[in-house]
Amino acid sequence: MQIYVCVKHVPDSAANIHIVDNLKIDESVPFLLNPYDEHAVTESVALKNQVPGSEIIAVCLGRKDAESTVRSALAMGADRGLLVETEKMCDSMTTARALHAAIVRDGQADIILTGKESIDSEGMQTQFRIGALFGFPVVTNAVSLDIKNGKATVTCELAGGRTRTFDLTLPCVIGAGRGLNTPIYPTFPDVVKSRKKSIETLTLPELNVPAAPGSTKIVAMTPLVQKRNPQKITGSPSAQAAEIIRILRQEAKVLS
Amino acid sequence: MKQAGIIIEAEHGRVKETSLGVITLAGRTAESLAALVMDGITHEITDQLAEYGIHTIVDLALSDTPEIRLNPAVRAAAVLHAARKMNLDRILGLSSPEGKDLLPRVAALLDAPLVMDCVDVDLNTGVAETSQYSGKVMAQIQLTGETLIFGVRPNAVPPEPRPVQAKTVALSGSEAVPENITLLSWDDGDSEGRPSLVEADIIIAGGRGLKNKDNFSLIVDCAEKLNAAPGASRVAVDEGWVPYALQVGQTGEKVSPQVYIACGISGSIQHFAGMKTAKMIIAVNKDENAAIMANCDYQVPGDLFDILPEIMKQL
Repeated sequence: MQIYVCVKHVPDSAANIHIVDNLKIDESVPFLLNPYDEHAVTESVALKNQVPGSEIIAVCLGRKDAESTVRSALAMGADRGLLVETEKMCDSMTTARALHAAIVRDGQADIILTGKESIDSEGMQTQFRIGALFGFPVVTNAVSLDIKNGKATVTCELAGGRTRTFDLTLPCVIGAGRGLNTPIYPTFPDVVKSRKKSIETLTLPELNVPAAPGSTKIVAMTPLVQKRNPQKITGSPSAQAAEIIRILRQEAKVLS
Repeated sequence: MKQAGIIIEAEHGRVKETSLGVITLAGRTAESLAALVMDGITHEITDQLAEYGIHTIVDLALSDTPEIRLNPAVRAAAVLHAARKMNLDRILGLSSPEGKDLLPRVAALLDAPLVMDCVDVDLNTGVAETSQYSGKVMAQIQLTGETLIFGVRPNAVPPEPRPVQAKTVALSGSEAVPENITLLSWDDGDSEGRPSLVEADIIIAGGRGLKNKDNFSLIVDCAEKLNAAPGASRVAVDEGWVPYALQVGQTGEKVSPQVYIACGISGSIQHFAGMKTAKMIIAVNKDENAAIMANCDYQVPGDLFDILPEIMKQL
């Protein structure tokens, strides 16, 4: 089975984000593999173990330094990497086109895994666009996956414990959710081994990525500043509870 | 701009408040609003839609067969059908759990730009405001294309009545059952009657301070008394006390309730990423130095095991 796993190089969630020229972030912060993509990579390794002879290819669109994120996927168990290198900030329409072109050039996908969203642009849509470009069925926020007889049976979570279970014909695209598995944390030998695995670098012009008919472009950025001035509610637990209830009724007006 | 279409979410025969908020937001910059209703129209729904400013109600009545009606590919195809028939060049819906599956499908089918989780949208200029980078940044995004699609964060805009005359149009032939994706089964969980995490006015969430799985029932019981949704920090989920579906945070649900009551939650950056847009934050914590105590509206220093039972007693 040819398993492609799309990964994204994103700022560490704990990093302090500073905005430059009201338009972009200062990128001198640590970047790493998008957390949801860790679940996608982990699942691809589980699938490979289930279907011996499978190959896992980590595919990424990003700057040159995104190679470190591809390398992280390799350390987790991917066999080789494809990095479509660009300095441009690409929206999901272009990203999907680039990932699609890179996969088409490389081979024939039996399954494509992605994270359900990235923690930088929070767009939640690249997996659907890749699916549409290939004509493959797509599901997102997958919490269980079982492949048997040319079909993927996938359970997806909506919210509040609500789930939907689907049969998808292969090839298909699956957006991994957090409930899918526990990410693999590579050992030092895994990291050393990953350095010997190959990463092919491609470019957008080389892939002849077609222009999308629309786009999204950031025109301004501002930090989301908290303007909260905490007031202390003191007294006995009974008095504190009474004050909380008063606030809910009279100030927030959410209780009758 | 030609016409804006709003994908309506309804339950128990009524339009959800959060969907009415989307209509209000769209009505600020669009002259003509169409409502796309997939799960059947009641008199109450018709009245609500007209009351809040919908000019055309588009009845996409999908099959009663759940395997068809709940299939996301069928639902996306129905919206696509309506977009074409009704000549819609702006489509809005909720960034709800359903919307997160439906809107990107529609965008992919139309090959149209989409911004999810918008807190503001100008349909004339095609500019949307949304959060990025784990909620640390607000970005204004310009969409360009023939059809523009927006997912609106639930509770971002309170609904405001704007009564108009509404006509109803039935669109048949919008069901396309795909061969490559079959809905086998569905489970609507045990949250019947409780507000969902992303749509609740009040969320009461618990974290490490709950100490164990059994104690978490205190949060659930208190949520029931408050008609709130129970939520959890990542620690509570990772410890196996509650399912992942309850997690609020960067890798959980992003919520914007009127009031967020954080109990025994220290307030990591990742947790804030999921709830910082709550209108009011009340933090109950024994540790007065916890990060959340400096980043809330009301800090309640004390033991949640004393305070929550008192709240339930007094309600």
